[in-house]
Amino acid sequence: MSTQSNAMPESPLESQVIAPAVMSATRPMYWSVRRELWENRSIYLAPLGVAAVALFAFSLSSILGIWEKPLRLNPAQPQAPYDMAAGLMMLTGIVVSVFYCLDALYGERRDRSILFWKSLPVSDATTVLAKASIPLVILPLLTVAITVAMQWLMLLLSSAVLLVSGLSVATLWTKLSFVRMSWLLLYHVLTAHALWPAPIYCWLLLVSGWPRRATFLWAALPLVAIAGVEQIVFHTWHFATLVGSRLIGAAPTVASTSPGMFPTDPMTQIAPASFLSSPGLWIGLAIAAAFLAAAIRLRRYQGPI
Amino acid sequence: MACIEARGLRKAYGTTVALDGVNLRVEEGRILGLIGPNGAGKTTALNAILGLTPYQGELRVLGRDPWIERDQLMCDVCFIADVAVLPRWMRVSQALEYVAGVHPRFDRAKAEGFLAKTTIHRNSKVRELSKGMVTQLHLALVMAIDAPLLVLDEPTLGLDILYRKQFYDSLLNDYLDRNRTIVVATHQVEEIQHVLTDLMFIDRGRIVFECSMEELESRYLEVMVHPEKITAARALKPMHERLALGRSILLFDLMTLDKVDRQQLAAFGDVRTPSIADLFVAVMSNQAGQAQGAAL
Repeated sequence: MSTQSNAMPESPLESQVIAPAVMSATRPMYWSVRRELWENRSIYLAPLGVAAVALFAFSLSSILGIWEKPLRLNPAQPQAPYDMAAGLMMLTGIVVSVFYCLDALYGERRDRSILFWKSLPVSDATTVLAKASIPLVILPLLTVAITVAMQWLMLLLSSAVLLVSGLSVATLWTKLSFVRMSWLLLYHVLTAHALWPAPIYCWLLLVSGWPRRATFLWAALPLVAIAGVEQIVFHTWHFATLVGSRLIGAAPTVASTSPGMFPTDPMTQIAPASFLSSPGLWIGLAIAAAFLAAAIRLRRYQGPI
Repeated sequence: MACIEARGLRKAYGTTVALDGVNLRVEEGRILGLIGPNGAGKTTALNAILGLTPYQGELRVLGRDPWIERDQLMCDVCFIADVAVLPRWMRVSQALEYVAGVHPRFDRAKAEGFLAKTTIHRNSKVRELSKGMVTQLHLALVMAIDAPLLVLDEPTLGLDILYRKQFYDSLLNDYLDRNRTIVVATHQVEEIQHVLTDLMFIDRGRIVFECSMEELESRYLEVMVHPEKITAARALKPMHERLALGRSILLFDLMTLDKVDRQQLAAFGDVRTPSIADLFVAVMSNQAGQAQGAAL
């Protein structure tokens, strides 16, 4: 064998002995999360799209308000459209999370790219935790950020319309305690839409790791079966109610005497202490952790399908 | 320390035995060709070495247990699989960024240098590239990683001859200048003949033949025998006999011959070193014969 045809200029590094390499533990995590955002652009495109639609609808309504003053510009509850839009954003977050989780460990096996990911020094734990962080951390924070930005634009828009129609902006701005609304939203999303449904999202993540096809069926059928058995044997719907309330974020995050209907209503009395000390939260988190540990173990064994 | 050391490596999928007690030792700096028919266990063996599949038996790669320590091991091992496995949604620039982000031994400038010699655009998605270009991209990523062990599993499968030649040429020119070890599994034997230092044939989960390339040259001979001398040649018990262009070609293992017989060979006809492909066919047909004998 001859290598004299090798006329490539060699860098001085070439001749050095291959040195041991070290890398901080957070870098693979950071890049794994970025990979998820590259791969699943719906994580930010879906909330942005829904926010744009909500904004459009609101501006349409406000502009019509120029001719329909009493009804639209000075509603009895100035809070209502903001809550509606925020609710829409949270619903979007749930839908995106469910679809993301069902594909998380399935997509890379289906397109065989798992062989590429596994050929790099990123552990299965890092990969699975990065994937879990999307519905549990990234998406909730993103939802709050986009919602707050959207609500600001809504506020500016309605102020502009009020000014154009010669009405006072002051009432609107005093009635809406905006900063408090934003904090409440952050609290609500992180508790009711991240911590509370964690076992559901981790279950979906786990299931995405093993079937060869139809991840949704594998995820849903056991739940339907358990609910069905319970109904037939005990004639109750506890399990179905439990799963449903977890998914939609019906969490005990506010004081039960709180007057606010919607969690971001400025009148809401939040109860973080009672939420954090509720056994339901911790049982749920323990189950979520068990599902994640199983998912990490599963990914070690899985190859392309 | 051996780069790869396996003892009694076993792996079964249900009742199918993919690896049946493989013993393997690859020293640092060797270029080993793992050659076998489809389903022989090549990919399973490589997957075990890469920590992608659990196994029974003992296996150390660069002093680590691949199944337990895959992520640390991958700092020191590069891998190109038999099919394009780069994620199709990824942009070329993202691939560079990602590998630079997670791999401590990746030299991004070097990878950019390799890519500059191709027609691959930084902004293209992998799905927009041809199969040959995806392999070029993967090779550029892998060759910019300063790792002591490179594992290739049918790296040129499905590529046209130009890309195949280019692949092994860049491997020879840009990679083989240090104490790097390469394990390449393939059944396209001819194109790697000039690259290898060692050879290993695998069949039905077992290693059925191994030798270094020097050994291949000094130990095995192929004789294109003149028709009138065929009986005398056959009496020396060749490993394998085949017909080409109406002439019999006999393959001899010189270890089985004494000195007098060796000198005789030249008189039978034209003598040459067999190609890996010829040796492979000889070994495999002997294997099949033995298996049949055992069955009878």
